[in-house]
Amino acid sequence: MANESVATKTYFWYEFRKKLSAFAKKIKFDQWKGWIYLSPAIVLILIFTVWPIFNTVRMSLLEGYTTMKEVNGAVFNFGIGNFKRVIDYPGFLTCLKNTVLLTVLTVPISTFLALLIAVCLNSIKLFSRALQTIFFLPYVTNSIAIGMVFAAMFKMIIGGQARPDSVGIVNNVLEALGFDYINWMNAGSEYWANIVVMTVYIVWNALPFKILILLGGLQSVNKQYYDAAKVDGTSRARVFGRITVPLLSPMIAYVVITGFIGGFKEYSSIVGVFGEGMGPVGNAYSLDTMVGFIYRAIGKQEGTASAAALILFAIIFVVTMINLYVSNKKTHY
Amino acid sequence: MSEIKVMKQRDMQQVTAQQRVIKIVAKVITYIFLFTMALIVIFPFYWMIISSLKTLDEYRLSIPTLFPKFIDARNYIEVFQNKDLLLGKLFMNTLYVGLVSTILSLVITVLSAFAFARLEFKGRNALFGFLLATMMIPGELFTITNYQTVNAFGWMETFTVLIVPFLVSVFYIYLLRQNFLQIPNELYLAAKVDGTTDLKYLWKVMIPLSLPNLISITILKMMGAWNSYMWPRLVANDDAHRLITNGLRTAFTDASGNTDIPVQMAAVALVSLPLFLVFVFLRKYIMKGVSRSGIKG
Repeated sequence: MANESVATKTYFWYEFRKKLSAFAKKIKFDQWKGWIYLSPAIVLILIFTVWPIFNTVRMSLLEGYTTMKEVNGAVFNFGIGNFKRVIDYPGFLTCLKNTVLLTVLTVPISTFLALLIAVCLNSIKLFSRALQTIFFLPYVTNSIAIGMVFAAMFKMIIGGQARPDSVGIVNNVLEALGFDYINWMNAGSEYWANIVVMTVYIVWNALPFKILILLGGLQSVNKQYYDAAKVDGTSRARVFGRITVPLLSPMIAYVVITGFIGGFKEYSSIVGVFGEGMGPVGNAYSLDTMVGFIYRAIGKQEGTASAAALILFAIIFVVTMINLYVSNKKTHY
Repeated sequence: MSEIKVMKQRDMQQVTAQQRVIKIVAKVITYIFLFTMALIVIFPFYWMIISSLKTLDEYRLSIPTLFPKFIDARNYIEVFQNKDLLLGKLFMNTLYVGLVSTILSLVITVLSAFAFARLEFKGRNALFGFLLATMMIPGELFTITNYQTVNAFGWMETFTVLIVPFLVSVFYIYLLRQNFLQIPNELYLAAKVDGTTDLKYLWKVMIPLSLPNLISITILKMMGAWNSYMWPRLVANDDAHRLITNGLRTAFTDASGNTDIPVQMAAVALVSLPLFLVFVFLRKYIMKGVSRSGIKG
């Protein structure tokens, strides 16, 4: 009796499945299945990625656009006025200058240092693991939090006397080496000193990723090239210039390109060190960047913000293309 | 004949001795360079910790102490009592946003990656190509419109606004799709013949096989919530929903520029602590994710 009911049940399910699959075939379910699996992702992408792309272009081409005005029923002229306004605005030139300066300084310095460290790490056995761990440590940090630590290291604590109570640990080291202390980032500090502070911090922050990539590249290089060089008695400098760098060129190109992209989007590291004033006390926004400019226009001047964002995108795009072009010519394989 | 041999041997020995000296000198220079750089890299962490244990008076000494005279935990107590910071609340908010967004994001990523890796449908490759192309656009470009969108949805100052806009990551979909593609298709077909449903196959075969990648994504996503600053600052800057990085920055923004640095360093150390723990125990997974992405957090 029990057996019979199991058999009926099984048969029922078998029939049911067959019917279901026939139905699925009829409506071409297989064709739709992919889209069903993708539907949550697609809905979110349509709202938060595709619409912004169109809307940014739209807003940037409506002169003087703001959401407030649009809600109130204002009509905007079509034109490139927003782009003109962004470029004419003196604050924007400061942002552009800071962004370009920091990128041009930090990308070569950090790439060169990372390359040197990676090559050295690759050539040693003792302490290799421990040193690798230390060099990777800055990666897993909060750029705002550690920016505050760098600020503490460079900042002076002003007391009542002519000389500050504490000149900060970096100045202490400078004085120990026989130099004068420098006002790195307190009120009245000079622009170049601020830039040095930011360069040190950004390079420190950028090293671990670059070392990781370059070391990975070095470890996959065929040892035969080095053995051949050893047989020929090639000097170390020549081995570095003629073997290591060419073989590593794809990885170097990769870290340079990502470095440039990151550099043009510099923002939170400056907020970390200098605070939201983006500059020393009394000289706010002297270290403002492109992204900082865009962020402050959000919710107020959307037309200008969109134009600035498109300019940023264009710069990043062009720089990436140039980088790719150069690295294609220079890359070994 | 034998004399020549001896002479040759002597020459050889001289050469190798010289080479050995050069080699040792090079090794010494390498180690000096590496240890100096390691010292520079690690110093900010050291300075953060010992500064957080100093009294303000000791911190203000003109000749700094490299180790506190006596270890003073009062700064940490002060951080927890700080009314501007509300560290416990910030911590819970961040944990909540991190966990929810990680779980939802994993579900969406797995389903999408499965569709792109295993299912055949019209427009698949075009759609995938389009998604990859959007990765080139800087996120700031989206933020302007997304700010308007979430405002129109009435999501300002909610947890939703911190979670939903970032659930889909094209990079994670790409990463997982590559992983899924490595799993032989025969397994899928065999499962089909046995009458296994797609979801069961996904759960029983594909997810276990790509677990390391899923762990990498989880860690990076959690770290993302912990470190995010700009978006939370824009859309949820109220006490009930503020995330930890934003809270840390706002609590210690002081116009005079003379903040109590030891207390500030104690707060920074507490915010950094979970990241250190992740680093110590899960470094392998982070490095794996990082070396393929080039994104931070």
